Amino acid sequence: MSNRPTRAALAAVAAAAMVAAGTAACSGEDDGTITLSVGLFGDFGFGPLYEEYTALHPEIKFEERIAEFADHHTGLTTHLATGSGASDIEAVEVGYISQYTAQPDRFHNLLDLGADELEGQWLDWKWQQALSSDGGALIGLGTDVGGMAMCYRTDLFEAAGLPVDRDEVSALWEESWEDYVAVGHQYSAATDGGFFFESSGNMFRAMVEQAPEGVYDRENNLIVESNPAIGEAWELTVEAIEAGMSNRLQAWTPEWNAGFNEGTFATIICPAWMTSYIETNAPDASGLWDIATVPGGAGNMGGSHLVLPAQGEHPEEAYAFIEWLTAPEQQQKVFESTGNFPSTPALYEDEALTGLSKAYFNDAPVGQIFTEAAQNVQPQYQGPLQGDVLATIGQGLGRIEEGAQSPEEAWAQVLNDLESF
Amino acid sequence: MTVADKGTAGSTAPPAPTGRERRQHRRYRLDLHASPYLYIAPFFVLFAVFGLFPLGFTAWVSTHEWSLLSDEHVFVGVGNYETLLTDPYFWNALGNTLSILLLATVPQLLAALLLAHVLTQRLRGQTFWRMGMLLPNVASVVAVAVIFSQLFGRDFGLINWVLDSLGAGRIDWQAGTASSHVAIAVMVAWKWTGYNALIYLAAMQAVPREVYEAAHLDGASRLQQLFLITVPMIRPTIVFTVIVSTIYGLQIFAEPQLFGGGGPNGVTGGASRQFQTLTLYLYEHGFNRGFQFGYASAVAWTMFAVIVLIALLNYLFLRRIRSAS
Repeated sequence: MSNRPTRAALAAVAAAAMVAAGTAACSGEDDGTITLSVGLFGDFGFGPLYEEYTALHPEIKFEERIAEFADHHTGLTTHLATGSGASDIEAVEVGYISQYTAQPDRFHNLLDLGADELEGQWLDWKWQQALSSDGGALIGLGTDVGGMAMCYRTDLFEAAGLPVDRDEVSALWEESWEDYVAVGHQYSAATDGGFFFESSGNMFRAMVEQAPEGVYDRENNLIVESNPAIGEAWELTVEAIEAGMSNRLQAWTPEWNAGFNEGTFATIICPAWMTSYIETNAPDASGLWDIATVPGGAGNMGGSHLVLPAQGEHPEEAYAFIEWLTAPEQQQKVFESTGNFPSTPALYEDEALTGLSKAYFNDAPVGQIFTEAAQNVQPQYQGPLQGDVLATIGQGLGRIEEGAQSPEEAWAQVLNDLESF
Repeated sequence: MTVADKGTAGSTAPPAPTGRERRQHRRYRLDLHASPYLYIAPFFVLFAVFGLFPLGFTAWVSTHEWSLLSDEHVFVGVGNYETLLTDPYFWNALGNTLSILLLATVPQLLAALLLAHVLTQRLRGQTFWRMGMLLPNVASVVAVAVIFSQLFGRDFGLINWVLDSLGAGRIDWQAGTASSHVAIAVMVAWKWTGYNALIYLAAMQAVPREVYEAAHLDGASRLQQLFLITVPMIRPTIVFTVIVSTIYGLQIFAEPQLFGGGGPNGVTGGASRQFQTLTLYLYEHGFNRGFQFGYASAVAWTMFAVIVLIALLNYLFLRRIRSAS
């Protein structure tokens, strides 16, 4: 019966495997340290801050998980729905926050963990964005805001005979986006069809973000068809596309990345976080990019919150960390290292912030530019599928760019696609 | 050893079986009859748990309005299938899939056949060439898709650079329907041509040398030998590769997804859905904003039906060739 021991061994291995699988599901280490996982899209510049926090609290360690923008949010939604797999701390971009405030029970309520005393610390609208619709729960603390500016290539402007000085450039389109497009016509004519901006979807989004109402009304109804601001933004964007101003690049693709360095386009809408992206992507273009104000007044594009999914097992520790991390002192450090602009107005009076400039952008006074941009933002209500709606409209513009559809066809298909939302 | 023991025990005078021996005998018979099933059980248990059950469960889910985001699952019968069959985007995805399948599979199998034919000849460094065939197949699909997406880049892609320097002009590979299909088909073909060549090569080794020698004496060229001797003799292998490639080709996902880039174009297969395949269509509905698992399950079952149908057509077609020759 030589197979008896073999079978016994097999059974033992199987049993051991099951036990191992069972214990692997439990987290928490024996030596008293707690590892907090932090799920982000892209680098938030938290690296040195983890170390700083661990130096203050030796029992807390961190594990950062970085995913690509869309995957990050899709993954988070899946993990919330299935009740497992989410990090202790997750970043949520503003285009997705309403989707999550609609299901506050899937998150730890930060008002119960101590955030109720901190309300005045953030810009009011930043705070509101993370509140559940009944106001009874706060799901996230704000990190950065994306007050908009306009980055432009000085070398390309010069070649096109346009002013190079940032105040003069700002003055070119101070009044409106129509002026911006007019400058675009001028640029195209002077450069024999050079591209004025990188993608039409971004331009469209910037215009929509500045309007009092965006793609949703406060009752979460889609108002894409009825909102005149959207119709106007669409018309103007189409005009720019048809004039050949768009470089037809899709954000976050290798071609787009290369465009910053090669100078294939002259301007790009620049929320604060974009400046760090340009800097890391186009190290050779130092001194060629500069920052002017955005046409049509102030507006916010992007910015994030940190949320604590309810499935996380260490809410107190995680909360203590994000409270520290989003406090003005730390936001200031993040701004200095990455360019992500703080959401805490206390800093806006602080010379340490407003006095900052960036050598890469010809010493542009980024502290001052983005402080003004953030202070002037008229908050706009963000609906549950904000990000997806804007992406769908962006694809419509993409079809016009590719020449696959006429503007009318593209618009009809956008409305048709939005019906399934 | 047990059998031998019993054999010697049986050949001497058989004593009346005691109760202990009867039990032993029963256990032995049980061992004889049950053990083989036990040995093959792991596969079938795993298949049942991870293959059969999900298959059946998917069918069940496909008859419901079933979203990951809601706990309510409303029975809708064939409602999802009705919506599916009336959705122009589904037919668009089906068309794209078939187009990419044809563009990828036909040249790929022909090239594999020719490569295998070359490899059967006496060559220096035979093992090197044969191993080299398999290398693209070892590379991860994602790596292949990422690299080829860069090669097919509009502004800074290598292929456009070559085309441009030859004076042929740049192609926006992603934007066009045909050009995007070609780009994706190239990725698939690059990965699988060598693999199929090796399978053909193995089959060719089994064809008797004498047949070729006779053909050679009769004055048949190498190419004639390939199409008049080799192909008919390895037909079962060809049937196998055609069916496997078809099944793989109908489920293409990673290539178009990564080709589309990280944004919404990766989900819809381009702004005009010009390269959205069936699996990408499934992904758009099942793992995107709505997480409509019910609808996605209906897509999965429809895909299954399409694959069975096309595999069957392939099989019948190839059989007809056999009876014709």
